[in-house]
Amino acid sequence: MNAITVLVKNLADQHGRERQNLLPILQGVVEQEKYLSEFSMIEIARELDLPAAEVFGTATFYSFLEHKKMGKYIIRICKTISCSMKGSNQVLLTIQDMLKITVGETTPDGYFSLLQTNCLGFCHQAPAMLINNDVYTDLTPEKVREILSVYMNKKKEGVTDVQ
Amino acid sequence: MSNNYQLKRVDFIFKNENDWEEVLSKNLSHTPQELINELISSELKGRGGAGFPTGLKWKLSAEAVDETKYVICNADEGEPGTFKDREILSKVPFKVLTAMAICGYVIGAKIGTIYLRGEYFFLQPELNKAISEFKYYCDEIKFDFTINIFMGSGAYICGEETALFESMEGKRGEPRNKPPYPSSYGYMGKPTVINNVETLAHAYTIFNFGAKRFYDLGVQYSRGSKLYSVSGDTPKPGIYELELGMSLSDFVDEFGDGDTKAVQVGGASGFLVPRKRFNETTIGFQGKLTGISLPTGGSMMLFNSSRSMFNVLDNYLVFFNEESCGQCTPCRVGCQQLLRGIKAVKSGEKNAQYLDKLLRLAETMQYTAKCGLGQSVANSFSSIVENFREEMIY
Repeated sequence: MNAITVLVKNLADQHGRERQNLLPILQGVVEQEKYLSEFSMIEIARELDLPAAEVFGTATFYSFLEHKKMGKYIIRICKTISCSMKGSNQVLLTIQDMLKITVGETTPDGYFSLLQTNCLGFCHQAPAMLINNDVYTDLTPEKVREILSVYMNKKKEGVTDVQ
Repeated sequence: MSNNYQLKRVDFIFKNENDWEEVLSKNLSHTPQELINELISSELKGRGGAGFPTGLKWKLSAEAVDETKYVICNADEGEPGTFKDREILSKVPFKVLTAMAICGYVIGAKIGTIYLRGEYFFLQPELNKAISEFKYYCDEIKFDFTINIFMGSGAYICGEETALFESMEGKRGEPRNKPPYPSSYGYMGKPTVINNVETLAHAYTIFNFGAKRFYDLGVQYSRGSKLYSVSGDTPKPGIYELELGMSLSDFVDEFGDGDTKAVQVGGASGFLVPRKRFNETTIGFQGKLTGISLPTGGSMMLFNSSRSMFNVLDNYLVFFNEESCGQCTPCRVGCQQLLRGIKAVKSGEKNAQYLDKLLRLAETMQYTAKCGLGQSVANSFSSIVENFREEMIY
């Protein structure tokens, strides 16, 4: 059986197969796969006996339920007013420069995706960003370089592991 | 003037919560009616921003006849400039859990859910630990109440109570028509009490120390204290618990950087107050006899003279464009047109009088949009355009 099919079945076993269990299941797939492919949404629809259009409609409403292939680490940088006032744009430019991608893109190696997001609730420690579920605050161009370097080194180590 | 006035700091919310077991068992020995009366006499109003009387909310749900009822804690804190609920949940989670359980006892609910915004996913492990410990104690005293967490997925609109129910039911987070209200028709169509995190933390204070301690703080119609999330151009950003009813000029004296040009009270959906109005503006709920009283979910953003109010408004409108659920036309199209409109005026494509058309559009949205999001866009739009018109044009 396909890995996604197994994942969806396990999530449905864990959360239930009612409509009110849809969000936790969608979140479960995103947690592992980083995004919802058309195939995974159809599998969820089949498992929960829902029209696929309903699953697609629900999933695409939520900004954290991506439906485009995403990298292993999703960077979400806050663009709302407090962060914008404290220089989130310079931080964004630094990230773009380091990763050689713009907002909405994923690095060719599939490691990083860069997104902007609305208020993260760290206005007093602005600017802020999320990398997957981890929060980084009081960012400066220098600080964000250090943070990303750590992630990039993880990648290098990961490559050595495979070899 | 406010030269020798000091802001009244309060320390209730973050005070230790070690006595939660005692607070829970002590209150379970009262009748639900006694507890409702206590809450009503405290005059606690919802701290999410809307300010509905909490005691009345509990009373209405308690009176609803149904075997299944729900208690929901709204932790979908998404208003720009607000970050107090995260602090409460990470520092004093047991206060929130205890108040939820007391609410369950009062209205006859056995299940409580914390709707936690996706951005706060990292709070989950600690919060789950607290929930297990809480459940263990409930079992020990043979009180049947279970709390769970439901994660949001990055939608501001889900903080609107009926959109939150839709989201929990596995649907798009689109607000429902009201009435029916949650007290009779909430999650899964069942009577539901939905309270903001901070409201529950205040309820804990009231159930611990009695209504009077709470009622003695604040001013008429705005009793008690409130957590303020302070950000923007301030030397001391952070979270502060202050009495309700303070004047904005006292607030700016304390938190401003000496060059404060305007304060946004209540986040993107709130009001912008220019310097000339600081003196006559107080922070509390509507109903004060003199001056302007502005409600807030706690977001206080300060802007100094280096800030362009055009950029501020542009930022808010981009926010609303992205977060509008899109189901009703006034909000969906209105947000788009307001954003395009101010850009057109700024670029000279439209003349300055076009701003008056936009103000009328914002007013129309206030009357015709289906939910609080679309209705409140006019708050920030009109207060910024009316007070900083020249910055919109030049």
